Order: sequence, then structure tokens, then C-alpha cells
Amino acid sequence: MNAIEIAESVRAGKTSALEIAEAALSKATEKERLGAFLFVDPDRVRARAREIDDKRARGAVLGALAGVPIALKDALVTKGIPTTAGSKILEGWIPPYDGTATQRVLEADAVIVGKTNMDEFAMGSSNENVAFKPCKNPHDESRTPGGSSGGSAVAVAADITPIALGSDTGGSIRQPAALTGVVGVKPTYGRVSRYGLVAFASSLDQIGPFASNVRDAARLLRTIAGRDRHDATSLDAPLPDWEADCDKGVRGLRLGVPQEYFGAGLDPEVEASVRAAIARLEKSGCTVRPIELPHTKHAVATYYVLATAEASSNLARFDGVRYGLRVPARDLHAMYGATRDKGFGREVKRRILLGTFVLSAGYYDAYYLRAQKVRTLIRRDFDAAFNEVDAIVSPTSPTPAFRLGEKVGDPLAMYLSDVYTLPASLAGLPAASFPCEAAKSGLPIGFQAIARAMDESTLFRIGAALA
Amino acid sequence: VIEHLAKLASLELDPKEREALEKDLQKIIAYVDELQAIDVEGVPPTTSMGGPSAMRADDPEPSLTIGEGFTVPVVIE
Repeated sequence: MNAIEIAESVRAGKTSALEIAEAALSKATEKERLGAFLFVDPDRVRARAREIDDKRARGAVLGALAGVPIALKDALVTKGIPTTAGSKILEGWIPPYDGTATQRVLEADAVIVGKTNMDEFAMGSSNENVAFKPCKNPHDESRTPGGSSGGSAVAVAADITPIALGSDTGGSIRQPAALTGVVGVKPTYGRVSRYGLVAFASSLDQIGPFASNVRDAARLLRTIAGRDRHDATSLDAPLPDWEADCDKGVRGLRLGVPQEYFGAGLDPEVEASVRAAIARLEKSGCTVRPIELPHTKHAVATYYVLATAEASSNLARFDGVRYGLRVPARDLHAMYGATRDKGFGREVKRRILLGTFVLSAGYYDAYYLRAQKVRTLIRRDFDAAFNEVDAIVSPTSPTPAFRLGEKVGDPLAMYLSDVYTLPASLAGLPAASFPCEAAKSGLPIGFQAIARAMDESTLFRIGAALA
Repeated sequence: VIEHLAKLASLELDPKEREALEKDLQKIIAYVDELQAIDVEGVPPTTSMGGPSAMRADDPEPSLTIGEGFTVPVVIE
């Protein structure tokens, strides 16, 4: 059953939340080798499911995710459940509160099955920058599930939970969704509160849904979206009925195909699959035209300056005083240094150092300030394009899932694999990845749609038309 | 440079790791140097995302209680 079917069945009393939870737990055990989860507490899951069943027995009307098992990326803060963001520096930290997205899925009567594997502090595109254990693609276990929300993508792709939450800073929902063959949505910046999301780059981070189908993703997004007084950047805007949008069709939508997303480095099979999907949308009544996003080629450099700068600041709080790990040393500064040395992995250190560099005296103007200006140019490219089209369509990732170990020794090659997802992040636009025709090898291929700010509706219409 | 950055970032690095990170950073900085060639004359920087956020009323609301929050080490004997 998908999430909507489970919720309707549990609400109607046809299925108990406990039966559903037991099924999810046994699938989690059966598929443990994939490494999707960092933490599962079966007793807690059962107790929660019983709570939902009792609530119904008392006559209460259950929420939109009644009894639906959900997996949460370990960057989402969960009260009483360990939250590590995939880092040794947070090992053992048990949060005293729920983040807003967590709280909202609980209010909708979902059952949290566990916390999912991820690149440390969401820094990575392959779920290989891990402190605890690797994560594998269920379609081919020698390959990456993508990252950084790899575990959440795998939980859904391997049918352990029907839905999951991840976070996307530069593609960390869309790229793993593409590589594992599921739906992944990065909402408009500000659509979902970031309160209780372990921060990586605050001007880019957004929480969003993974699901096996578009309607489940729409329901989950509706559950977590909306203004939150704990996050000043969360937007106070009406929430459309995105599930209903899935039935609207795509007739009359104007699609733009950016030539910059179909250049060198794009795998021919990925290109063929995405172009075939565009042709299907055209048959369904869309108009298609080529567009230009001329600053696309600078997105990788811009992103890695801005995101690392923000990360170097956000990660300063992990100093051994307040959370998790503490390495004793002779004085306070030595304790900071020793704790951060032991607690952070190589990629996190690399990014903290790069971010420190671009913000440091003498380099700030040439790197950080300049990247902020190029970010404006990238946003203007999209503004101009959206005068003429309603959505921009492209591949999500230039290749299907690559082999584990293939790029991990070359950080720059890894960064370049994010080339199609970074621009929408820099512009704060909603974007989603939907499965399109798989490669001959059976590896999934993802189709990315990008819409105007606040126009997730168009994404859901396109996703439903491709299903 | 790397030693200065590590100090600024409160990162203690062993010599081997420092050397590896220095090489990586050189490569990455050489790559992001492409930004220097872009004409940004008169372009304002993007300094924040999203619309203007209103101030909220400064009303007290329930919060964590003593014992629920963080445990910090004793710094004064």
C-alpha cells in the first residue's frame, strides 16, 4: 500500500497502525544490509502505532498520515530519538525537542520508523561521507544511492517505508531520488520551516518529501509546509491542494528546455530518457521550447563558495561544549580543536576550511561577495526564463548511479555531479525529480522539473503526467 | 595559509591530514577562481532569500525547563 492508501485504511479502521508498523519493521530488518537506517527502535515504533490505534478506538478522527510509516533523515531533530546528522560529533545527542517538520508529521498521526543514513552534515552526493556505515542502492548494491539524503531515498525505493523526509541544500533530495527511482521534491525556499533541521547552509537548506508516487509526496509536503513562528524565513503563504493538482493535467503548460543542461558530461542514455519524457509531456498538451540559462556553468563554483561559507559558520557551534562528543584537553581551545578534529570527517573539515578561507580577511570580496553577486545573475537567468515558460525541465543528474568508491577520492568530480540541481537551489526555486524510463542496465533515471517560486503545483501536475 | 585557516576554524589537524587537505583546497580554489572572470559590475549581491519577515510579538511561551536542555561541563571549580 502507498501512504494515502494506508492512511485511508487506518482511518477507516480496516487496518491497524500496528500491523502496518510491524510490516515496516520486518522490511527494515530484512533489508538492513542496504544501510538505509542509522537508528530504529522497534519497541518505540510499536508503542507509537498502538497510540494511533488507541486514538482511533477512542473515537478521534485521525490525521492525513494516520498510521503511515515514515523515515526521517538524521538531520531532522527528533525529541527523545538520537539525532547525529551522520556525524560522530553528535553521537549520543538526544534532542530535547522536535523540529517543526517532525512535529507536523506526528500531528498528522504518522509513525516514525527511524532515522536515515546520510552524508555527514548533508555534505556529499553519494552517501559515502559517512561516520557510521555505508548506504547502498537497492537497484545495484555496488552503486551509490546518491546523497546526501541517501538513506531516506533507499527507505522508499526499497519499500521499507512509503514516504520519507530528506533535506536538500544543493540537490540532496532530488539527486538520490533520481538515482534510486523515486519521487523527491525540494520545495520553494521558505515553504517548510527549518526549525529543528541541523543546519548546513541556511540560505539554501529546505526539508522535502520522498515518496513512491506523486500524490503521496503532495500529501506529505502539505503536512509539513507553512509558516512557523520558530523560523523567520518560513513563508506565510496559502497552501494549495497539491493532491488535487495531480489530477489537473498538463495541457497548456509551457516547458523550457535549457540547452546548458544537455551539454558535455551528460550520459547519452539519460539524455534519451529525459527527451522521451519531454516528448510525452508534449503529447499530453504542453508546449516545449528551448531556453537559455547562461550562468548555469558558474553554479558549481558559486554554490561551493556560498554553501561552505555558511557551513563554516553553522558548524562553529559543534565545539564539544553543548552536544555529543567532547575530547578532554588541557584548556578550552585545545578541547575545541581536539573535539572538532575527532568529531568531523574529512569532507566536513574540507568544507569548513574552504568556507573559512572564502570569508577570511583579504579573500572575502574576491570569493564570498563575488559569489553572492553571481548568485544574483543566476536568479536573473531564471526570472527571464519564467517570463516565457511555466516550468524548466532537464535531467536531475548527468549519469545514473555511479559505483561506490568511484568519485570519493576526488571531491571536485563529486561536486560536478550536482551541476543540474545546484542552480534551482541558489535561486530558491521549487524543483522535483520524477522517475522516467530506466537505463538498459535497469538503473533508474530522474527527470527534473523546476518551477517559479511558490509554484509547486506545476511540479505536481508534471509529475502526475509522467507517472 | 592552511595553518591559519585551521586555527580560525578551531580545527586541530595532524600533519598528514593537513597536507592532504591543503592539496584538495588548492584544487578546489583553482576551480572556483572562474568566478573572477565574470562581469559583476553593478550587480547587487544576494544577501538573503525569501521575502521580508515581519517581527513577531515578543510574548513569552513555554520553553525547555531546567534539566531538559544541555549539560555543559563545569568550567569553574
